[in-house]
Order: sequence, then C-alpha cells, then structure tokens
Amino acid sequence: MEPNQANSEAVEHDLRVFLSANYFLGDDPSHLAASSSLIEAGLIDSTGVLELVGYLEEQFGIRITNDELLPENLDSIENIVGFVERKRQSDQAA
Amino acid sequence: MDKVTADALAIDPERVATEIEESLRAIVSRDLHRRGGVVGVSGGIDSSVTVGLCARALGPERTLALLMPEAESDPETLDISTQVADAFGVQTVVEDITEILQATGCYERREEAVRSVIPQYGIGWKFKIVLPSVVGNEGYRLFSLVAQAPNGETIEVRLPAEQYRTIVAATNFKQRTRKMLEYFHADRLNFAVIGTPNRLEYDQGFFVKLGDGAADVKPIAHLYKSQVYQLARHIEVPRSVLERPPTTDTYSLPQSQEEFYFSLPYEGMDLCLYAHNRGLPPEAVAEAVALTPEQVQRVYDDIDQKRRTTRYLRLAPQLVEAVFED
Repeated sequence: MEPNQANSEAVEHDLRVFLSANYFLGDDPSHLAASSSLIEAGLIDSTGVLELVGYLEEQFGIRITNDELLPENLDSIENIVGFVERKRQSDQAA
Repeated sequence: MDKVTADALAIDPERVATEIEESLRAIVSRDLHRRGGVVGVSGGIDSSVTVGLCARALGPERTLALLMPEAESDPETLDISTQVADAFGVQTVVEDITEILQATGCYERREEAVRSVIPQYGIGWKFKIVLPSVVGNEGYRLFSLVAQAPNGETIEVRLPAEQYRTIVAATNFKQRTRKMLEYFHADRLNFAVIGTPNRLEYDQGFFVKLGDGAADVKPIAHLYKSQVYQLARHIEVPRSVLERPPTTDTYSLPQSQEEFYFSLPYEGMDLCLYAHNRGLPPEAVAEAVALTPEQVQRVYDDIDQKRRTTRYLRLAPQLVEAVFED
C-alpha cells in the first residue's frame, strides 16, 4: 500500500467515525457513499458545517480559510479526504 | 416567461384585513373558547400589525399589549411599542424581563461563551453574530462573532460550533421568557396568545421553538412581509414603526435580519420566495431583485436548505402511536 493511500484511508476512517458519532447515518454508516453530498443527503446543515470545519482543523492540524469553504472541498467524504490531503501536503511544503 | 415584479405582492388591504379579522374572531371564540388576545409587542412591524388587527377583530378592551423590554433592548423599543398600543387604544402591561434573564443565567452563560472566543470581552463590550451574504458567496457560510470594545474597536472571529450553539441557546431565554409571560397574562385573563410571525419567518424557521414560535393563533403567517407593510399602512400603524428598519433587537450590537438569517433585505426575499413557491426559474425574478440568475439560484438553494433544517421547529411533539384526539 502506498503511503498516500494509507493516509487517505486513515482520514476517511476518522471522518466516518466523526460523521457517525455526530450525524444520523443509519444502521450502517459504511454504506454512505464517499461521493454522496452531505448537504443534499440532509446530514449537515449550516451549524453542521461549522462543526465539520472545527473537527477537521483540530483532528488533522490544518487551518481552513473562508475562501476554502467550498462544496468541492467539503461536501462529500471523498472531497473532504482529498482536501485534507492537499492541505497537509501544502503545509508540509511551506 | 412571465417576469415577477413587486406588484405581484400587492394586496387589497381592506379585504385582507377583514378576512383576517373574521377568522381571528371565529378562531379565538369558537375554536379556542377564549375571550380576548394577548400580543407581545416589540415595536416592530409584525407585532404592531398583529395587535392592530386583534384590536379591530376582538375589540381594544379584549386585547392586551404586553411590552417586555430587557437590558439590551433598543432604548426606543418601549416608547414605540407604547405608541402602537395607544394608536389602537389597547391596554398595556410592561414586564421588564431583565431580572428573569439574569436568574436563568441568560447573559452570564452567553458572555462566558463569548469570552472563550474573545478573552478580552468584558464590561462595556457589545456583540452580535453575523453570516456572510449568500449573494456574494459561492461557498458555505460560517457564523462569525463581531465584538465591539468600549473604545469602538471591533473584532470579528469565526465561531466554533459549541460556542455558537451556547450563545444562541442562552439568547433563546429571551423569547421563551417573553412567551411564558404572554401565557401568564393569557391564563389570567382567559385570553388566547396571538403570535406575530410573517410568512418569511414562518416558512424559513426564523423563530425560537416554544419562544416566539409558540402561540394559539398566527394571523399573519400567510402574509409576505411586504404585504404586512401594506396592511400596516392601511390600519394606520404609527409612522415610527413603518420607518424603523427591521432588526432582531436580540444582541447588544444592532443586527439586521439579513446579517444573521435571511439572504436579502425583506423586499427581495419576499419576491424570491414568491417566485420559488410558484416554481418559477431564477430568470423570472432576477431583474426585480437586481441580481443575476445565478445569485437568485443561491437564494433559492438557501430557502430550500432552511426549510429542511428548520422542519423540526414546526413539528408538533411526535408520538410513538396515534392517540385519539377530538
């Protein structure tokens, strides 16, 4: 397994645990498709985005700026995982 | 494609007032078996129109205007509310709710949450919660806390979810305390509690559950805010109310409703909600609200999201099994 893939899987695992603990994902949270929109699925509202951003910043040690609060970064598990990975890489490069 | 203009919301105010008054009389006496109405009057347009319609429908002697200022209310609120009550000849009771709010810890709990984000926040400081504009923002919008020091310097910080919820929950003591007192006077007088939400507030969940969202009857909940203004002029609500900008009068810094909740000033929100309710595309209303179709689409999306996320506010308590109700 490539290191980046292992990192992505760990981020996705942590994220699913967070979503499962804080939102209502049904009996089997692993069934939520990685590409599903969290907003359109009704899982996350505006306060939920606030919670999600706080969680990502604390859990993964990143700082999310206002211009990064976009659906392409935050509206699905796969978007979030990719965003966290990009942020960590850019922080390391800085 | 038919274009929506501001005329779409024009009403015959005398006809609408008469319909509401007839319904209010029937509901209060026939359905609720109460002999009058209590209205919490804030000096805003909605409660002023509601108390006026109540006085016209039930009689001024069967209408009580309850004025409930607190330490952070706009100093003009009490005076303007008194003008409204006087204009319709209704009796008033003033209940300053500051001490009740102190006893519940409303101010203290809230300020503790504010201080955890802005440690220097203290005596003489003021604050409000704001959201970025929907129209100028393609992304998610997060709540910020704006605090003003006694020297006028302002600080704006993003609010963590826990502090946001604590500040809102503590502030909700205000609306719930007011409702508790409305029901005290309603019980004492055998009156009904008359709620004051307009259509925008009711549809979009801009109220506190069991606070200003609680009432026995909501006579203007079907009217867009622009229509409430038309009624206000017709029933001769005092000019001081008509000219007062809508505000939440909730936080210590003045806060407009669109800073905290709605996407646009009420005239634009009304037209977008009206067009969206009729299934009209953004292009049909864009010109009337001076926005691009893309911006109107964001307003439509925000309307839909607020309906979804505030649905629970409008739900009656849910039962596990149906229970016979007459």
